[in-house]
Amino acid sequence: MSIHPILSALRRQKTGTTLIALQIALTLAIVCNALFIIRTQFEQMGRPTGLDERNLLMAATTQSGINSSTDAGKATLDASIKADLTALRQLPDVIDAYETRSIPLSGGLWGLGIRMMPSGAYGSHTTYFDADEHTLATLGLRLVAGRNFRSDEIGEDDDFGVLQPAVIIVSKHLADNLFPRGDALGKPVYFTSATKPSTIVGIVERMQTSSTYSGTDNRTWDSTLVPMRLVTPSRHYVVRTRSGRLAAAMQSVPAALYAQDPQRVIPDGSGGDEAGVRRFAQIRAEAYQGDRTLAMLMGIISIILLAVTGCGIAGLSSFWVGQRRRHIGVRRALGATRHDIVRYFLIENALISVAGVIVGILLTFEFNGWLMRQFELTRLSPVYVLIGVVMLLLLSQGAALAPALRAARIAPVEAIRSS
Amino acid sequence: MFKYYLQLGLRSLRRNPVLTALMVLAIGFGVASSMTTYTVFRAMSGDPIPWKSDKLFFPQIDAWGPNPRNGTEPADAMTYIDAVSLTRDHRAHLQSALYPIAPTVHSDDPTQKSRTAPGQAVDSEFFPMLDVPFLYGGGWTAADDEQHARVAVISKSLNQRLFEGTNSVGQSIQLDSHSYRVSGVLDDWHPQPKFYDLATTDAFGTADQVFLPFTTATDAQLATRSGFLCIKLPGPGWAATLNSSCVWIGYMVELDTPSQVSTYRTYLEGYAREQQASGRFGWVPNNRLRDFSAWLDFEHVVPPQTKISFVVALCLLLVCMVNTVGLLLAKFLRRSGEIGVRRALGASRLAIAVQFGVEAGTIGMAGGVLGLMLTWLGVQVMHGSLPRQFAALAHIDLLLLWQTLLLAVVATVLAGLYPIWRAMYVRPALRLKED
Repeated sequence: MSIHPILSALRRQKTGTTLIALQIALTLAIVCNALFIIRTQFEQMGRPTGLDERNLLMAATTQSGINSSTDAGKATLDASIKADLTALRQLPDVIDAYETRSIPLSGGLWGLGIRMMPSGAYGSHTTYFDADEHTLATLGLRLVAGRNFRSDEIGEDDDFGVLQPAVIIVSKHLADNLFPRGDALGKPVYFTSATKPSTIVGIVERMQTSSTYSGTDNRTWDSTLVPMRLVTPSRHYVVRTRSGRLAAAMQSVPAALYAQDPQRVIPDGSGGDEAGVRRFAQIRAEAYQGDRTLAMLMGIISIILLAVTGCGIAGLSSFWVGQRRRHIGVRRALGATRHDIVRYFLIENALISVAGVIVGILLTFEFNGWLMRQFELTRLSPVYVLIGVVMLLLLSQGAALAPALRAARIAPVEAIRSS
Repeated sequence: MFKYYLQLGLRSLRRNPVLTALMVLAIGFGVASSMTTYTVFRAMSGDPIPWKSDKLFFPQIDAWGPNPRNGTEPADAMTYIDAVSLTRDHRAHLQSALYPIAPTVHSDDPTQKSRTAPGQAVDSEFFPMLDVPFLYGGGWTAADDEQHARVAVISKSLNQRLFEGTNSVGQSIQLDSHSYRVSGVLDDWHPQPKFYDLATTDAFGTADQVFLPFTTATDAQLATRSGFLCIKLPGPGWAATLNSSCVWIGYMVELDTPSQVSTYRTYLEGYAREQQASGRFGWVPNNRLRDFSAWLDFEHVVPPQTKISFVVALCLLLVCMVNTVGLLLAKFLRRSGEIGVRRALGASRLAIAVQFGVEAGTIGMAGGVLGLMLTWLGVQVMHGSLPRQFAALAHIDLLLLWQTLLLAVVATVLAGLYPIWRAMYVRPALRLKED
């Protein structure tokens, strides 16, 4: 069948044609970007932290009445931390435990600059975590080079002052970042304001920082473990439980801590406080809540959009069929088969859709560019545009099918019937 | 006449139920998605102190100089040295330094567990500056600031827990290892976003429960419970922290007239110049004095995800409107014959416009009602999926209700303008001849 009569028919209904094409173009632009945002969010949420996430929990606790700025207060705190840890490690549900202020995804960011010399510009930055000789075993981090900390290397972190431990363990990402030739082990680096070097004695395969931020500089993976025990009244215990004993440990861990000091504060999560004892799954869910909601909204909006556009196309197509009953009757009377009629309407729809899709592709990249400028999103991959184009062409043809079939049922006698 | 058009409209809507339903659904969903994302956006970008926000300003002083972390933009928080200097010079009508604290509250009642109470260390002028409502008593005095007095203002909820809601002014509470005299109990007060604490903390945290004098809190070595940024780390000990170039203190001033604002700018400039002359700053003065809305913007109070959702939802509404233009056009032009007859019988173009306008408006109303129900549903879903601190903010009120209906009607009538115009210009003679 020649396209020519279809084109001349379209010229007579410019407004409707333009409206459908415009709707397809806008829908394509929005759906492609929404799909891409969803994909990006899921990619972010799916990244493993490098920890043994299934069996981890973290308990926040605050002790008061102890002045941590005096030596006597510090000694009391230090003894109390050691007693807590001993009690925790002895629990039947627990494999290992250590004390720190944050773990991957738990929020809060304690960062330091790193340089190769004690002066000059900082070439890199890192998020550091307080750790001791139990940290690797508790978090389930995999050491790929070097060694763990020894118990005699663990110093005190009193929350103030310059950090310059003699030894550190870094993530492989940071090691490669600092020493691209892969010879980081045994090398000294200097942290912010430090005058003494810290030597890299171990490298772990992967360890996410405490934030979910996913900027282009990939600092999300530049973590450092420092051999320090945080000696302050407010602290966190990280506990790795035996397989299948996480639920039991959620009860036994706070019970054991209260047994050590009944006066301590462990928020119970009531009255709008964040719960003090959280399993890692909770920490992860909270860290990515905004991303998950965004993905969900984009999904819902895309579905509504496709449905509305599909219905709109179906509605206008059936209007055209109604308008052209006589015309269809004449064609049928002159020998056009039902197939010819269906094909006519489907080709008409395809022509409009293709026009809409072409405009839509331009709009898609425009919209993506605007999102990139406004919200630091990444560039849209053409694959999503392709998926969107195929989806819309199918949707459009599907929406036009029912009216086209109805048109095919119009009897030739309509040609002489008055409207 | 209007009633007649309404009847005509309703009859016509019943005549093509499918087409009508399509339009109502499209408008309903379009409006609902926009309004659902808007409720969240509105909650986050809100102004919790509209009667005064134009008088609140947030000074920033560059204590770091040009550096790779912030570029040329000074840090949002202040050093202790600069905060104390601004308070001492006292050039604004009202002003306060502040930083977030988290002391542990002990109760005399042995059955009550000790709890950490989020709070702020502020100056006495904080309370009048923000028109903080008091249930009992009031803030402390400037003399208390100077004398580093052990006084506290507590929230209604903390008063409920410690004193069962009775007037506790003059009583004492135990925070960490010191006791403080209660000078006032707040009424319900939880401004969202928490604009006064943006320099160091997230905008949507829990309500503050305890306020202590800034001078007293730094005396008691209460550390900040939030941001503490350094370009050069201080030595050990609290004194070194206070004297460091680390930034961790928020600052806020009230300036009532434009001339006060420009005077204050000049003062900041002069202060930074002094610091430069004394050798403390090795760079030319680089200050900011942002007003309320610029400050919220600078602090990125509204998360990008919320903005993206809102923009995409608005795009959805746009597509729904385009959709409605097409469907209304189809619906109106299908009745060209009827229009022709009415025109031939003497109906003016205006009458046709009003008739179809009423019809579009009716569809808009129906879409609005559907949109309202869907918005309600959407907000429920958002409550389940937003972080807790945001979820409480997103709610439907009477204003939102009207906005939803209005948006639906306006969107539909806008979408109907072109179809109505086409209907007005249907040529009666031609139509009658064809039939």
